[in-house]
Amino acid sequence: MKDNHLIEVKGLKKYFNVGKGQILKAVDDLNFYIREGETLGMVGESGCGKSTAGRTILRLYEPTAGSVNFNGTDIYKLSPGKMKAMRRDMQMIFQDPYASLNPRFTVSDIIGEALDIHGLAGSRAERKKRIEELLDMVGLNSDHATRYPHEFSGGQRQRIGIARALAVNPKFIICDEPISALDVSIQAQVVNLLKDLQDRLGLTYLFIAHDLSMVKHISDRVAVMYLGKMVELADSEELYANPIHPYTKTLLSAIPIPDPEIEANKKRLTLENDMQGPISAAKGEDGTVQLDVKDSELVEVSKGHWVARAYA
Amino acid sequence: MEPILQVKDLNVSFHVRGGEVKAVRGMNFEVGKGETVAIVGESGSGKSVTAQTIMRLIPSPPSVIKKGEVIFQGQDLLKKTNKQMEAIRGKDIGMIFQDPMTSLNPTIKIGKQITEVLIKHQGMSFSEAKKHGIEMLKLVGIKNAEERFDQYPHEFSGGMRQRAMIAIALACKPTLLIADEPTTALDVTIQAQIMDVMKEMQERLGTSIILITHDLGVVAGMCDRVIVMYAGEVVETGTKWEIFKNPQHPYTKGLLRSMPRLDQKKDEPLIPIVGTPPDLIKPPVGCPFAARCDEAMRICERVDPGATEFSDTHMARCWNLHPMAKEAQSS
Amino acid sequence: MENEQRMPHPAALNLTPEDFQKIGPDEKQSEVIQRESLSSWRDSWERLRKNKLAMTGLIIMILIVIMAIIGPMISDYDYETNDLMNTNMPPSSEHWFGTDDLGRDVFVRTWMGARISLTVGLAAAAIDLMIGVIYGGIMGYFGGRVDEFMNKFAEILYSIPYLLVTILLLVVFEPSLGTIILALTITGWINMSWIVRGEIMQLKNREYVLASRSMGAGTGRLLFRHLIPNAMGPIIVTLTLSVPSAIFAEAFLSFLGLGVQAPVASWGSMINDALSGWMYYPWRMLFPALFISLTMLAFNIFGDGLRDALDPKLKK
Repeated sequence: MKDNHLIEVKGLKKYFNVGKGQILKAVDDLNFYIREGETLGMVGESGCGKSTAGRTILRLYEPTAGSVNFNGTDIYKLSPGKMKAMRRDMQMIFQDPYASLNPRFTVSDIIGEALDIHGLAGSRAERKKRIEELLDMVGLNSDHATRYPHEFSGGQRQRIGIARALAVNPKFIICDEPISALDVSIQAQVVNLLKDLQDRLGLTYLFIAHDLSMVKHISDRVAVMYLGKMVELADSEELYANPIHPYTKTLLSAIPIPDPEIEANKKRLTLENDMQGPISAAKGEDGTVQLDVKDSELVEVSKGHWVARAYA
Repeated sequence: MEPILQVKDLNVSFHVRGGEVKAVRGMNFEVGKGETVAIVGESGSGKSVTAQTIMRLIPSPPSVIKKGEVIFQGQDLLKKTNKQMEAIRGKDIGMIFQDPMTSLNPTIKIGKQITEVLIKHQGMSFSEAKKHGIEMLKLVGIKNAEERFDQYPHEFSGGMRQRAMIAIALACKPTLLIADEPTTALDVTIQAQIMDVMKEMQERLGTSIILITHDLGVVAGMCDRVIVMYAGEVVETGTKWEIFKNPQHPYTKGLLRSMPRLDQKKDEPLIPIVGTPPDLIKPPVGCPFAARCDEAMRICERVDPGATEFSDTHMARCWNLHPMAKEAQSS
Repeated sequence: MENEQRMPHPAALNLTPEDFQKIGPDEKQSEVIQRESLSSWRDSWERLRKNKLAMTGLIIMILIVIMAIIGPMISDYDYETNDLMNTNMPPSSEHWFGTDDLGRDVFVRTWMGARISLTVGLAAAAIDLMIGVIYGGIMGYFGGRVDEFMNKFAEILYSIPYLLVTILLLVVFEPSLGTIILALTITGWINMSWIVRGEIMQLKNREYVLASRSMGAGTGRLLFRHLIPNAMGPIIVTLTLSVPSAIFAEAFLSFLGLGVQAPVASWGSMINDALSGWMYYPWRMLFPALFISLTMLAFNIFGDGLRDALDPKLKK
């Protein structure tokens, strides 16, 4: 890991107009950076805005406000042509290995697409060689390059998705819940592969997930998202040892541990009610406010440990 | 313990283009009264197919129950007519599915969905059923149950829907509840709540539960006994203590090893299970796990191993547990 | 408990220590795909091939097309020469389908009519396809204001009674094959464009489309490599089902006398001609009516089978 900030996100907002005059603040004022070679984990429950944040950072969605600097360049200010070139540096691995591969494409079409878009493979033979190299890199049999996605298992498909992201030699990859659709026995394979690739290629990751134990394992630092805002950010060891925000605490206590002894003695914190998502803000179903997300500016409580001011 | 459900030599296949997928291959297990049994395994291991076969909800075609018996309270469910099964489903056996949005009827109010089962199976009048239904909604932790009674499923959040589903499944106080990945679609904090509700309801009603899941964490918190399935077969069974503290089958060991623990150091790599599960259109002749197994031996590729018992409750099927394996390795 | 499971290891195996030699995992082997490779198009074709009804429809379609091509050639007669000595002859070895009130051979006229009907049907469907896919594709892909405006326009056009537009057109222009096709396509494409719009709107949020965008793919690539190929199923089905409706519309217009003009034959105009004497000369009406029905039936059952084959989810 180096000291320079490869990614700097400042004041990032993404609002959706959901009709009837209601505005969904999916991502509300995000501020963070990711160092080169670092893995930043981002956790939160469904609807907390973490996937939207990932997509907005890659400019798959246009932001409502804010900036994302990649190596000092604000990507939202780039012209379409420059943005296209920038996409070689920033890639994404998607959650659903079934939905993220075009069912009408063969594996070599899928992986080769980025090569074609950016004109990275001179000849047919070169293209074929590069695809085989990528398949090999993710541990897939290159004999299967002419097969279609539905013929592969979930873990194999996810590796195809990884090979696709690697095709353009990116520096930064957003992993959007890359393992949550996979079986337990396969998750570790994919996580190990991602770590291994990071070491070999010097990649920087934003690792979005809801599985806290896996996030802790892969990340250097972890950010906790709640209702579109970041409520806590710390080194992964520190966050798990010393959670401050009540939401982080609840989340940690809810993780089921595969050990009957621990489970039998565990005291579980629960939030009063299910959340209805960001539209009804922090209101529970009986209308009581449970968590204050208003005073959400992050303050540093100890070195590198940031938490929403209301709880600092 | 007196078993209320015995599954004997169950074999279920699917006919697909290109052949027959042997999804469940000789499944045997029992569920005792008031017991919670987890069936764990990865997708395609046959755990959901087993659950659906017990309920006779498995679509046929394409599936075929090749052979076996499902003895529930002394009667073979596989010999029942559809009409007879309808009287059992919802009354003696309840079921909860993974996705409460698709298993609740979106056009019918929650209250009506509960009272329907009560009127059908218990012969209650509407007002009795409504009273009982509201009581059930309160029991599963739904606040303002009277108001909620008249709402539609889409007005409920995911966790609330699953609570409602539990209330419906348990409304007639069934002897057995089959929960097929009940929390997979939910967030962890909600998952914890739903698990608590299920445990509480079980204590109150004495229901036996079959919990189908892939999450070993959930198993550790919730179950008495565990059945580990792989490629349509049972590879290990035992109490949760036996399975978590003294696993014997390499697959079980591998599963436990491949999960990161919160107390694990960051640089400590995960130990994954290599490879991919076999395609059951052509099941391996030997042990189905052999191609992914660190401890595989020559025999494993040729012959499917039999059972080795460690206690009255603990059994695993692996050639490494054969006396000759130890001899061969010590020499 | 679980007595059956307590089956010990198979005893009669004559195990040797060799058998217990460690070999470890065979990762490569476990990753090999067992099943034969199939593209989704081929998979659909396999399913279609097993659907007997749809295949019957397909065979009937092919036979009618072949007859439309060669039918007029294998007869000694042509479609326009009057033979007033042999009017209203019943079917015989001379005239296979009999003759009409001007002594023209009904067999030849039926297949000439098939040419007209099929031309109208296929041309109208092809034009619907082109306009519908482009218009619907733009609506679906861009969405928002563009979609709103274009959709309103289509709705307005759709709300005008189609018969009114058609009759107006045919009155203003000379009734001819081209006019009929124009009349049929002026509103015919709208349905196709709505189908395409709905599909594209759904598909454009799929992760593989996002993935392609994240790699820098432009509008052209997204539309023509990802979106339209994946919307092809419903497009083809709509296309197959729009052919018979165009054929019927043409027959209907010709029956009203607004279609092709004598001496050119179309199934609709033949039925119209036969109307006066149908009690005495039923064959004059029977054959064109039979082939209209058969053609429409064939396209419809084939279209239905195609729908099932391309999208197994819709299958009952």
